[in-house]
Amino acid sequence: MATATKVLKNFYRDSVSLMQLSSTFAKLPGVEQASAIMASPNNMSLLREAGLLTESVDASANDLLIALQGDAEALESALAAAESALKQPPPSSSGSGSSRGLPPRSIEMGLGNMVGANLVLISTPGEYAASEAFKALSLGLNVMLFSDNVELKDEIALKRFAQSRDLIVMGPDCGTAIINGIPLAFANVVRRGVIGVVGASGTGLQQVTCLVDRWGGGISQAIGTGGHDLHRDVGGISMLQGLKALAADPSTSVIVLISKPPSPEVAGHVLEAAERAGKPVVVNFLGADPARVRRGNVFAATTLEDAAAAAVALAEGRNPDDAKPKYPPISIPSRLSPGQQYIRGLYSGGTFCYEATLLLKKELGQISSNTPVEPGDRLTDVWTSRAHTVIDLGDDLFTRGRPHPMIDHRLRNERLIKEATDPETAVILLDVVLGYGSHADPAGEIVPVVQKARDVAGKAGRDLVIVGFVCGTAGDPQNLARQEAALREAGVILAESNAQAVRMASAVAVGAGAAGGRS
Amino acid sequence: MIQALFQEKLQVLNVGLSSFTDSIAMAGGSALQIEWAPPAQGQAEVGRDLARLVNLSAVETANQTAFDTYQSAQPVLRGVGIAGHVIPDMAERMILHSGPPIAWNDMCGPMKGAIVGAILYEGWAENLAKAESIASRGEIVFEACHHHRAVGPMAGIISPSMPVWIVDNTTQGNQAFCNFNEGIGKALRFGANSSEVIARLKWMGQVLAPALRAGIETLGGLELKTLMAQALHMGDEIHNRNVAASSLFLKRLVPALLKTHTPSNEIAAVVDFIAGNDHFFLNLSMAACKAMLDAAHGVPGSSMVTAMARNGVEFGIRVSGTGAQWFTAPAPFVDGLLFPGHAPSDAAPDLGDSAITETAGIGGFAMATSPAIVKFVGGTPQDAIDNTLSMTHITLGRNNAFTLPPMNFAGSPAGIDIRKVVDTGIQPIINTGIAHREAGVGQIGAGITRAPLACFTQAVSALARTTERSE
Repeated sequence: MATATKVLKNFYRDSVSLMQLSSTFAKLPGVEQASAIMASPNNMSLLREAGLLTESVDASANDLLIALQGDAEALESALAAAESALKQPPPSSSGSGSSRGLPPRSIEMGLGNMVGANLVLISTPGEYAASEAFKALSLGLNVMLFSDNVELKDEIALKRFAQSRDLIVMGPDCGTAIINGIPLAFANVVRRGVIGVVGASGTGLQQVTCLVDRWGGGISQAIGTGGHDLHRDVGGISMLQGLKALAADPSTSVIVLISKPPSPEVAGHVLEAAERAGKPVVVNFLGADPARVRRGNVFAATTLEDAAAAAVALAEGRNPDDAKPKYPPISIPSRLSPGQQYIRGLYSGGTFCYEATLLLKKELGQISSNTPVEPGDRLTDVWTSRAHTVIDLGDDLFTRGRPHPMIDHRLRNERLIKEATDPETAVILLDVVLGYGSHADPAGEIVPVVQKARDVAGKAGRDLVIVGFVCGTAGDPQNLARQEAALREAGVILAESNAQAVRMASAVAVGAGAAGGRS
Repeated sequence: MIQALFQEKLQVLNVGLSSFTDSIAMAGGSALQIEWAPPAQGQAEVGRDLARLVNLSAVETANQTAFDTYQSAQPVLRGVGIAGHVIPDMAERMILHSGPPIAWNDMCGPMKGAIVGAILYEGWAENLAKAESIASRGEIVFEACHHHRAVGPMAGIISPSMPVWIVDNTTQGNQAFCNFNEGIGKALRFGANSSEVIARLKWMGQVLAPALRAGIETLGGLELKTLMAQALHMGDEIHNRNVAASSLFLKRLVPALLKTHTPSNEIAAVVDFIAGNDHFFLNLSMAACKAMLDAAHGVPGSSMVTAMARNGVEFGIRVSGTGAQWFTAPAPFVDGLLFPGHAPSDAAPDLGDSAITETAGIGGFAMATSPAIVKFVGGTPQDAIDNTLSMTHITLGRNNAFTLPPMNFAGSPAGIDIRKVVDTGIQPIINTGIAHREAGVGQIGAGITRAPLACFTQAVSALARTTERSE
């Protein structure tokens, strides 16, 4: 029987812990007896009496002494094992589980509670948002930046920093994303599937993902980039990253890209990257010439609806060029008075408004707006419509000090009545957006106002056409079918998409114009 | 790669609108709401500086170095010396005080009273009026203890002929100093300067100091860290409760003292004095903490706090990576219990270098192990545990030598990180005594206070200016 000792200088453990550890050391292979003690003279003499200490050791009461007795050849490794057990850092948490933990107060602190976090969703006031995003990226987390009013230079810095770390910044001003089937911020509950979307516009993403869902397809990922991503100075960093990620994603077989027309240089980069994606890519650069987009595996869509239809066709192995949605002929029963000739579009979604303006311009010429396609078509007074007018009520001009019109319908309701009293109004065009973030029951807000608008027009001896569409899905908390039924019941003529609703409104206006011309 | 995200379970930290957290959860996702408020009290520019420093590799590496150095330091009580002989750069007519530097005219009542007492003790003036007049005429140099590797509780007054503890850090080789604890009641550190106070100081110089010197010499020095670790297991947090540590110290001292040639009546007086003062060990605790933290000071880029100190007017901190600079804010008042006969309006703002203990991860940071302490603020033992737990969110690590039984023997949270303080808004907690605002009345209570956030926001901006993010 041999003995071995080891002294750990200036190493304190309380005696109860040491007794526990000693009993575990005694179970090490080849060990007969074991003791770990603070080396006070008293303790040392106890060890001697026990036969564990046979030689003199240089140790004092502040030192920890490990003494083992057993097979000579086993003792060395047993000593090493004992030492490493002693030097194990003590547990880092209380372990009792009964204490009241603080709620996390920073991203870093949150990471302590959610170790597997992989995305930070930021909706702080704009002046603080870039700093929070920067912290998230520094901590290795992807970012969805819902906040707006982030300076362009900060957006560029954030996106370049993210790129260098192989992370993505969705935003700033990114309202919508669906990642791994989870809707983020203003997004809809869509079926999962093989279509991946990257969009610079929140409502654009909502329209495409909802129509894909409506037409039987499904979404793998919907990545938002924020509205400035395809700005020349930003260079489409996030869209290019999203495109690359979807190209590499085995669960995605068709990709859709949505944006207002980028600068030619950025468009060039995006289209080149799309060509290299190795899978079909449908591109909707709102208002761009399709001929400049179409190439190889890259298909051009002129509307959000076309983009969704093409993507569904491609996902089903059909030819996207034959996939244009087919609608029943538009027949709108109306008895419009001779003076009623104009469209009044009252939008809550900025991209819907923009798309409507583009489509109507082709049919009807000048379209006034607070967010016009041509600068010359800007409304001088955004509160008063002028001939054909389409307005984005989500614009800063209207939302200052007020919730967004997707949440609070009051402003649009007031405007709707105002348009109904205008004897020149022939048709009112509305979008209704469902999904997380939006009002819990938009139809409940709109229906009474539609009835009132009809009354107002009726009392003046006029009919009024109200055309709309609901952007949503069966899975949304508001339920698409229920919302549509309520609106139809109130006499709103519903299309499936914005583009279709615009065409209907346009047909009414053209008809009214022709009728007016005959009179 | 970003597409790796597509293979993982999405787990979202939500900063801002809490409805987003709810809707993610409703949709079957996983989200955690951050209780966010604009960092740095809404100063967006400081927020940017902070963002630049978060997880910055230069800072992380520097902090690892600073924290490891702090953790590996071995403070050993080497002996007793005379301030003027052993404290570096201690000039002939110099008086050291607690906290960041402060001019005579700006000092609080207790500090002025203590300085007058020290002048009388040194014999530089024969009465109070003359002492005050030479102090105000600028004939005496006032400097911060911290500028001389020293610390002192409350007014923290150290004059050249006072005895001081000498603590060696045997790992890195630096030294730290602290004056002796005079006991409670009328004491110089609270600004008392009566003849009784001066007489006690003389006795401490003439009898106590030589006896302690001889005793420590016989012991061959005394390892302080293991003694402190033991005291933490006995209900001390070694800042505002030192009864176990003082007892352990006495237990080690007496046998050694008896082996010296000190006359037995003096030994009796010394033992009586120490046994009658539950805070006797505080000054050793402070010197040990100072020795550990000075070793960790001066690591470029490190965001670890190496000193927190108050002069009764200002609260100041120093940070490892920003050199000698102090970051100051008005000293807060202490929330606590007052002794009978005193009102909150009697209290001086927070005072003394003793927050060096919290800086080193004990005191308020180790409150979990010292439930008796929370009684000062009417708290429960659970509050003590919660206070210690909350400090884990603003510290770099755990001091594995200072383990806390109620926390399942986890190490005490240590190494305050200015970034985490500013990012979370969680202010370091300090257990401390409350001094009367007038000189000489003494301690009127004890309680808990928090280090002002403004010190940390300034430090973050200063540290950001010393680092460049390199990609």
